[in-house]
Amino acid sequence: MGFFDTFKLSRLKEGLTKTRDSLVAKVNRLVFAKGKIDKEFLDQLEEILISCDVGVDASSRILDNIKEKAKSHKYESPEELDELVRSEIAENLFQTSHDVDDPFQLVSQNKPYVIMVVGVNGVGKTTTIGKLAYNYKSSGKKVLIGAADTFRAAANEQLEVWAKRADVQIIQQMQGSDPAAVAFDTVQAAKARETDIVIIDTAGRLHTKTNLMEELKKIKRVITKVVSDAPHEVLLVIDATTGQNAIQQAKQFNDAVGLTGIVVTKLDGTAKGGVIFAICNALKIPVRFIGVGEKIDDLQPFNSKKFVEALFEKEQP
Amino acid sequence: MFETLTEKLDGALKKLRGQGRISKENTEEALREVRRVLLDADVHFNVVKTFIENVQTKALGQEVISSITPGQFIIKIIYDEIVALMGTTQAEITFSNEIPSVIMVAGLQGSGKTTFSGKLARLLKSKGRHPLLVAADVYRPAAIDQLEVLGQEIEVPVFADRKASALEIAKKSIQFAKENARDTVIIDTAGRLAIDEEMMREVENIKSAVAPDEILFVVDSMTGQDAVNTAKAFHDKLDFDGVVLTKLDGDTRGGAALSIRSVVGKPIKFVGIGEKLDALEPFYPERMASRILGMGDIVSLVEKAQQTFDQKKAEKLQQKLVKAQFTLEDFYDQLQEIKKMGSLSQVLSMIPGANKLGNLNDVDEKELKYVEAIILSMTKDERNKPEIINGSRRQRIAKGSGTSIQEVNKLLKQFFEMQKMMKNFSKGKNFARMLGQRFGR
Repeated sequence: MGFFDTFKLSRLKEGLTKTRDSLVAKVNRLVFAKGKIDKEFLDQLEEILISCDVGVDASSRILDNIKEKAKSHKYESPEELDELVRSEIAENLFQTSHDVDDPFQLVSQNKPYVIMVVGVNGVGKTTTIGKLAYNYKSSGKKVLIGAADTFRAAANEQLEVWAKRADVQIIQQMQGSDPAAVAFDTVQAAKARETDIVIIDTAGRLHTKTNLMEELKKIKRVITKVVSDAPHEVLLVIDATTGQNAIQQAKQFNDAVGLTGIVVTKLDGTAKGGVIFAICNALKIPVRFIGVGEKIDDLQPFNSKKFVEALFEKEQP
Repeated sequence: MFETLTEKLDGALKKLRGQGRISKENTEEALREVRRVLLDADVHFNVVKTFIENVQTKALGQEVISSITPGQFIIKIIYDEIVALMGTTQAEITFSNEIPSVIMVAGLQGSGKTTFSGKLARLLKSKGRHPLLVAADVYRPAAIDQLEVLGQEIEVPVFADRKASALEIAKKSIQFAKENARDTVIIDTAGRLAIDEEMMREVENIKSAVAPDEILFVVDSMTGQDAVNTAKAFHDKLDFDGVVLTKLDGDTRGGAALSIRSVVGKPIKFVGIGEKLDALEPFYPERMASRILGMGDIVSLVEKAQQTFDQKKAEKLQQKLVKAQFTLEDFYDQLQEIKKMGSLSQVLSMIPGANKLGNLNDVDEKELKYVEAIILSMTKDERNKPEIINGSRRQRIAKGSGTSIQEVNKLLKQFFEMQKMMKNFSKGKNFARMLGQRFGR
């Protein structure tokens, strides 16, 4: 139940048009142009995969598998070869899946339910929070946002605009104040106001800055002080155009504050986004949402099967 | 910066050491490693391909100079090739003879345009120009507020008009600059996803309306393979003059830098290395290549020092660094100056060999305070001749500084190590020999 029912495959497909064009359509053209698997075919396939940020490891694995399969399975026509290559890629993009059935489902009935949102600079944290708040609000929940990005100039103003769009309340302090104090105030206020969901925005930070990661830990500790099992969710936001550094980001944020999920944003803007596979394969953290547009309702629950389906489904003739 | 790439190249190149002669076989294996390293670093596939081909051709086509090993020879070729890939010259901003000069800043969402605009304004102001920041991003919530706050911080006026279109704002700002004696206009345009035709048209229109003297394309150094396509898309529309690489203070391998440079053919002019408004540096291809190969960047450090201290002091520091006559007394003086230069890790990353001391990103700025306290608890003799510091002296210093003997020991150990590194560096008579020491472990 829940929002998963509203999962719109067509919307997802639309958002993934670019990725589909640069990955699936290219593979398709390659198959029909070559008609057989040889060194040149494999070289070009590797180029297509790596160009999509799938990563060297995943690419080599897919190539090896295709080589093996081609030996054991005879293919008579380009169509059959296409089928073989297509299914190999689809199967291998996600080695394992840690999908969550309904990413909007709350893992705890305790109120307030606290979600902390973290990430490096410029990935779309604030936008994601706006979209999250909108979704929870639309399902009848009372939502409160905590503006704990007290570092970046005008971060408050930006969040305010999104809060207004989502029609939810916001707690904020002056720029430069202690972010942990803002988080504390927000969760306290949520308790007093009997709010269902609290979303804490944090300042963008590079995962290599020890002091800033310590600050993040402190924010988390302070939240736990107010509500003992909170934060219930810690979401990492990653920009889909990021290269292999995304894995480092996920690893180090996870080490610092223990992630419960990942949100991949700006998927509609990139022809690539292959890093989503790399993240899924390298880490045991579920990708929960993907951002496929700039509108407030453009946040999609992520499901690896549906994702591959949307990518690989044959065009209607 | 680039640490990961450096470490990985280190690993790949180790295999090359000790080989008697260059053969197709022994280079092939090493180059496959290098290829992998570069791909992992997000260098674009085709750029990597060309790079590997070039290195291979050069390695096989030339005779090995007898004084160096084949490994060093290939490292030299790789170094030269990386430098060539990133462009060989450093570039400056073009200013017009007429007033005002117009600089336009464009790039994808979240790449760091607004922060860069603030940093650039600060830099130009410190060089005696009178910049005007223009808030032409009318779409992103609070983008105008952000620029206004930055403007206040660096005391540079910001031109904004919350009712006008981006195009109108850009046009009006030129007039405003003329009337208010601002000689440089920096236009911060709206971020876009590159696919957004409408927004791309907007920047095109702004470009034709204000005829910028300089168009800078801002790109996140963590961008993957798509960096090349994005850069191309912007280049087709804007024909920009230079690239700004942001967020390079993270652990990204920054391969995008290499690819964009070689595919679009425009120089990288600045790199963003921190969130503070002074964390902007010019891009030096040779130095960056040196960093990639783990050679440190002493020239950059000295130059940065020059900006902060006066010339005389800088010369003294340079001499001391080279002769390794660096004492704790100097170290304390420099610490004070370093604070003015930027973060400690940033400065340390430019010292040759310093990256072997551990992950520089782990340097906590607060630790500086302890270091200061420890040094201040020493006598002058101790600071000038740290080797005389024995057990009881250590105990006294620890007590005096409110730290522990372990911490005093740690500082001394690090200091001696640093001294040693510098000594090695100044002894290195030539490039190849230095590399031999670097990779010879």
